[in-house]
Amino acid sequence: MKLTAVELGKKIKAGEISVADAVQSCLDRIKTLENDINAFVTVDAEGAMLQAEEIQRKIDSGELTGPLAGVPVAIKDNMCTEGLLTSCSSKILSNFIPTYTSEAVLKLREAGAVIIGKTNMDEFAMGSTTETSFYGSTQNPWDVSKVPGGSSGGSAAAVAAEEVPYALGSDTGGSIRQPAAFCGVTGIKPTYGRVSRYGLIAYGSSLDQIGPIARDVTDCATVLEIICGHDDKDSTSYDADRDYEKNGITDTGNDFTSALVDDVKGMKIGIPRDYFGEGIDEDVKKHVLAAADVLKEKGAVVEEFDLGMVEYAIPAYYIIASAEASSNLERFDGVKYGYRTSEYTDLHNMYKKSRSEGFGDEVKRRIMLGSFVLSSGYYDAYYVKALKTKALIKKAFDDAFEKYDVILGPVAPTTALVKGESLSDPLKMYLGDIYTVSVNLAGIPGISLPCGFDRNGMPIGLQLLGQTFDEKSIIRAAYAYECSREYKRPELLTERGL
Amino acid sequence: MVITDETIEYVGILAKLELSDEAKEQAKKDMSDMLDYVSKLNELDTDNVPAMSHAFPVNNVFREDVVTSGDTREQLLSNAPEQKDGCYKVPKTFD
Repeated sequence: MKLTAVELGKKIKAGEISVADAVQSCLDRIKTLENDINAFVTVDAEGAMLQAEEIQRKIDSGELTGPLAGVPVAIKDNMCTEGLLTSCSSKILSNFIPTYTSEAVLKLREAGAVIIGKTNMDEFAMGSTTETSFYGSTQNPWDVSKVPGGSSGGSAAAVAAEEVPYALGSDTGGSIRQPAAFCGVTGIKPTYGRVSRYGLIAYGSSLDQIGPIARDVTDCATVLEIICGHDDKDSTSYDADRDYEKNGITDTGNDFTSALVDDVKGMKIGIPRDYFGEGIDEDVKKHVLAAADVLKEKGAVVEEFDLGMVEYAIPAYYIIASAEASSNLERFDGVKYGYRTSEYTDLHNMYKKSRSEGFGDEVKRRIMLGSFVLSSGYYDAYYVKALKTKALIKKAFDDAFEKYDVILGPVAPTTALVKGESLSDPLKMYLGDIYTVSVNLAGIPGISLPCGFDRNGMPIGLQLLGQTFDEKSIIRAAYAYECSREYKRPELLTERGL
Repeated sequence: MVITDETIEYVGILAKLELSDEAKEQAKKDMSDMLDYVSKLNELDTDNVPAMSHAFPVNNVFREDVVTSGDTREQLLSNAPEQKDGCYKVPKTFD
């Protein structure tokens, strides 16, 4: 289906397309493409058709009037969905059927979304390629020999291949923005706390945020408007009643669609010089800077500056994320849910064997690193040091936002890599996260949107960053840029007559 | 930093992971590489910098201690690898 989520929502509302037809069209597309793409862990054809009937009734009766009523969506497989397998793409959760639904998904359902299925990801969201999934890798719709990025690679690939109009992803160190960039679609990592994490299977709790992946900025803003808001079940979710102003934090509001205006006159945009140093691909650099020129022509004040701390973000991130992961993943022990080993001698042996057989290599690597940096004797040297570094990184961003409304740069130093290239050298894979992880450490929002193609025809992502709780500035800048850019579909789709 | 057999053994206990000899050697190398890399943070003077766990202030949130969820025992047990008499069943833990 070529339509964006909002366009489809309009047609459904106008009675031009039925919800069932919209769902069937997605299911047909999935059937045609999944052998090549493998974006889904679970496709719930039957459940989606049942939801379609109910939602159609509610639309017809005037009960559901929102912009996304009746529009199908895919959910990353780390968000709990009642009655539907939620595996985190891990063997250890390969039989886990949640008894409740995550808050963000619940909000979408209340707005009339039809859940088509659950998308593939790096196991427990640990990875940047969607190759560490227990269910096999996902392929990039632009070139199936390449990775879709990760960890929300299934969500990004499903949207790029038009298997669904939009999807939810989660972003701990770039897991929405980087796959969106690699697959030529748009994704938002909201400010930490903007969206409830209730029901999101935790990786790094101080960093994790749920956000939309869609084909344009309008869809992303519309989805975010629905899923945001305070939730008593996640006490880190933003509560407007709490006195944030006292701490110098200003919420510019969650009426994100009101920022969809093609006007950046006077907007101050900073380009960190230190984002364009060693290691960045020439084509990426060229197209990102060309996007800055577009905004400049539209009246934005664009200048270069030194952000600082860029090279320290990855070490700080991997210490903090691994530490939190080692604690969060303690719960997978073969007792309450998930995989249990078949033979064991005693309780501890059962824990160890269930975990060792249930987790993949990358997950084990991060649990071990996290256990080490939190262990007595190393805690101060590694973990506390990383938390102090995080404070310096946040300060660097705060200083930048004194001068600028938006920071502009690339999402990743390269376009999508060939499959298998980075798995052999984890450190090399981590280095690809240089422009994304600092954003999670600082808790600020970021958007990733396509801004051109490299010499091999692979999409390049533009990243725009905003101050805490100021998603609206980045949405406005992204929308203004998008207005002067054509959306391109992967050739695979035209080749297949889709 | 060189990771010794004792360290990787200790980490295995903390992480509740059982590693084959081959996996152990790989883990030693991976962890050593990673720790060498993250030691880059030692270039930074952080003596007077407070450790930041959350990027902006979050406070404790209190509510009255009232039960809001119903009896979900059966649903929760539906995911248990083994259950008995409405409880999770685990191997014998003491004699």
